[in-house]
Amino acid sequence: MTITDFLFFAFAGVVVASALGVVASKNPVHSALFLVLTFFSCSAIWLMLEAEFLAITLVLVYVGAVMVLFLFVVMMLDINVAKMREGFVSYLPVGALFAFLMLAIMVYVVGPVGPDVMSTAALDNAVKHAADYSNTEALGEILYTDYVLAFEIAAVILLVAIIAAISLTLRRRTTTKYQTPANQIKVKRDDRLKIIKSDAEVLK
Amino acid sequence: MDTSVIGLTSYLTLGAILFSISVAGIFLNRKNIVVLLMCIELMLLAANINFIAFSHYLNDSAGQVFVFFILTVAAAEAAIGLAILVTLFRSRRTIDVEDLDALKG
Repeated sequence: MTITDFLFFAFAGVVVASALGVVASKNPVHSALFLVLTFFSCSAIWLMLEAEFLAITLVLVYVGAVMVLFLFVVMMLDINVAKMREGFVSYLPVGALFAFLMLAIMVYVVGPVGPDVMSTAALDNAVKHAADYSNTEALGEILYTDYVLAFEIAAVILLVAIIAAISLTLRRRTTTKYQTPANQIKVKRDDRLKIIKSDAEVLK
Repeated sequence: MDTSVIGLTSYLTLGAILFSISVAGIFLNRKNIVVLLMCIELMLLAANINFIAFSHYLNDSAGQVFVFFILTVAAAEAAIGLAILVTLFRSRRTIDVEDLDALKG
């Protein structure tokens, strides 16, 4: 066991424990906070895999933006927690069984038990990069050359997401009074002003 | 210093465990849409761990580019999903999956 092994097991333990917390906690706010912890420890694991840029992106984009959005929505909605928990216990056996079977099959294929296909020499080209190696630079070099079309499409997807989210949640209140500049500009003198001819009257 | 015991299989197993937990979460929290969305985020995270592990051990940066795009799409999905959720709660006053049966699916 080297020190990196110890760090891996520590962070992997936190990832698994907090993922269980997301699934099992009663309050959705706690679930969201556990999800933040999962993302944090996962980004530590990505750092150990020398994916520094993505580790930072995970913290900035997920913990900073997406999870704050989740927390806002969870706190804004008036959720009856007790009613939401109905059926948790009755679904527990089938859910746990299904998850365990799935886990057993996946670990049999990729894990250390069973046919150990993932430990072959062909799958071990890991390079320990020097301290001055920039992961961000390497990623940027292929992102803006080989994958530039996909990058533009990703930008369009984000734009569509912005427009969709705004147009879905935008709501005009009927009780609010507001001005319509188009109507204000269109108005003519005759709409507002009326000149009435009347005879002069003599005051007594 | 002894030799390291972790390798590609360790990371893939971690991804498998995370994915299984989120599948179990979808089974257990099938009434609460917010927690269902969180479980989907966990699944995407498990897939990303696999991508990054393979990218590291095959010494190929393309896997990391893929994770970049998955993060983008997941962020867009979360934004639209939560917007739909807010609109739904405004009109129906509930986010219970069993009450949302207007389409009779």
